[in-house]
Amino acid sequence: MTAALSITEASVRRGGRLVLQDASLDVHPGEIVGVVGANGAGKTTLLRAGLGLARLEQGHATLAGRDVRDLSDAERAARVAYLPQERRVGWNLPAWRVASLGCLNAAPREARERARAALARVGLLDLEARGVLDMSGGERARALLARVLVAQAPLLVADEPTAGLDPDAQLLALELFREEAERGAGVLVTLHDLSLAARACDRIVVLAHGRVAAEGSPGQSLHVDVLAAAFGLDGAIAETPFGPVVAARRRRLH
Amino acid sequence: MKDLALNLVLMAVLLALAAAGLAFGETALTHAQFAQAFSDPASGPGEVLWGIRAPRTAAALVVGAALGLAGAVMQGLLRNPLADPGVLGVSAGAGLGAALAITFGFGVSAGAVEAAALAAALAVGAALAAFAARFREPETLILFGVAVSAFGGALTSLVFNLSPSPVTLQEVFNWLLGSVANRDWSDIGRELAPMAAGAALCAYAARGLVMLSLGEETAALSGLPMGRLRAAAVAGAALLTGAAVAMSGIVGFVGLAAPHLVRAGAGADPGRVLLPSALSGAALLMLADLAARLIPTDLELKLGVVTALFGAPLFGLIAWRAARSWRG
Repeated sequence: MTAALSITEASVRRGGRLVLQDASLDVHPGEIVGVVGANGAGKTTLLRAGLGLARLEQGHATLAGRDVRDLSDAERAARVAYLPQERRVGWNLPAWRVASLGCLNAAPREARERARAALARVGLLDLEARGVLDMSGGERARALLARVLVAQAPLLVADEPTAGLDPDAQLLALELFREEAERGAGVLVTLHDLSLAARACDRIVVLAHGRVAAEGSPGQSLHVDVLAAAFGLDGAIAETPFGPVVAARRRRLH
Repeated sequence: MKDLALNLVLMAVLLALAAAGLAFGETALTHAQFAQAFSDPASGPGEVLWGIRAPRTAAALVVGAALGLAGAVMQGLLRNPLADPGVLGVSAGAGLGAALAITFGFGVSAGAVEAAALAAALAVGAALAAFAARFREPETLILFGVAVSAFGGALTSLVFNLSPSPVTLQEVFNWLLGSVANRDWSDIGRELAPMAAGAALCAYAARGLVMLSLGEETAALSGLPMGRLRAAAVAGAALLTGAAVAMSGIVGFVGLAAPHLVRAGAGADPGRVLLPSALSGAALLMLADLAARLIPTDLELKLGVVTALFGAPLFGLIAWRAARSWRG
């Protein structure tokens, strides 16, 4: 099966420094892949490299089998929907309008219906007419999440989608990503909460200092040794009746 | 539906202002003279109405519409409510072009100063469009524009500095203050083509503006050709601003204020603000021109002076309200 996203030995330099080095990653249809790592480990850069937003010094990235640099704007948009970490919105657009921007090519009426359906999924339908600048940060994050759901793209890439969300909304967002994976989409998501990552992801890629430090099932990539090497934490992953939990404490003073 | 109603209201306002633009002026006409002007356009009153007031009113209309549209496009492109057509240095470039043309004695040939202003504006616009297609972040474009604007201003000051004759200086200065007085139909006709091209480019760029409100990277992945749309927005605004400055000199604040006047009615979508902003810009400038004609001063007030006098406090109010909403 062709990978929805494939990054091969990618290196990215910024400000004279290699912020990503020989990083490889595949996302297949139907799976959720998590990227975790300390601040500055290169998570966002890895995502941007895969989307063709960061210039690769080495390596290459393909979306559904084609090099991302060879794709036209329209072809790239048909292959991936991207939810960046940046949640600033320039004008006070109503939530339904923001969500409808996920399907630019649809007729206005259809776009509005699809936007409403997505807002219902993120639990924001009662606020559909409210301006996103008049919302709380978490509500705005949901409206922006609705936009990528509207796109129905074969690949979803989300950078810190759970940041600033309440616990219930965090779990809801990850449930929605699971639904997307079940309809056949590949999902690539960066997360800081290791317990959430362990619970939601089929595979986890651990980045440290721009390199892939570990990759595998949550049990493998959040192993005691990896937590120590990549995060400087003493900790372990444990199963509970409510899902896996990663418990840890700081290992050394920074 | 709401958009349509707003645009219709604005058009009605424009019609009323156009009628006022014909009705009021330095020379008061009697009812009989108005009747004569309509029945015999070649008569004295006819000349006042159709040869002086009508082109002046039409000039205010098209210049205001161009500046309002350019301002709305710049605000959408830069995601900044305080942007206006002058922010990227196009006005400063046009002013420099005109100053050079007047200083080197081209003021005597019809249309030469205007052509120089437009050419300089287009040169600045081309540099900006190339810059905008290459760099995504609005901040970099603003910084580049501020540099262009400051440099254009510096060169204009240099022209003043080195100007050998006070008469020329006076002429340049008068031109820069901005006016639509003494415009004839050929002055207007000359700028219509660049303005129409600018408006078409802005209309093309409109669909990219709403995507830009979600940030550069989201827009880049939306499937729209953002590089081209950004370049079209900059080039369109430059054409409109350059042609407007060529026709009337430098008239500030209309491009800044026009989009804000209609945003409450047109909604936040930066693409949908464009047409109402053009209409409200036209209304604002026709109003300012009426004020320039009717405020009793020994020398008629220059249009740029009137818009700045009323516009600067408005700018302060907008900034104050924006600051309040940022704080809240």
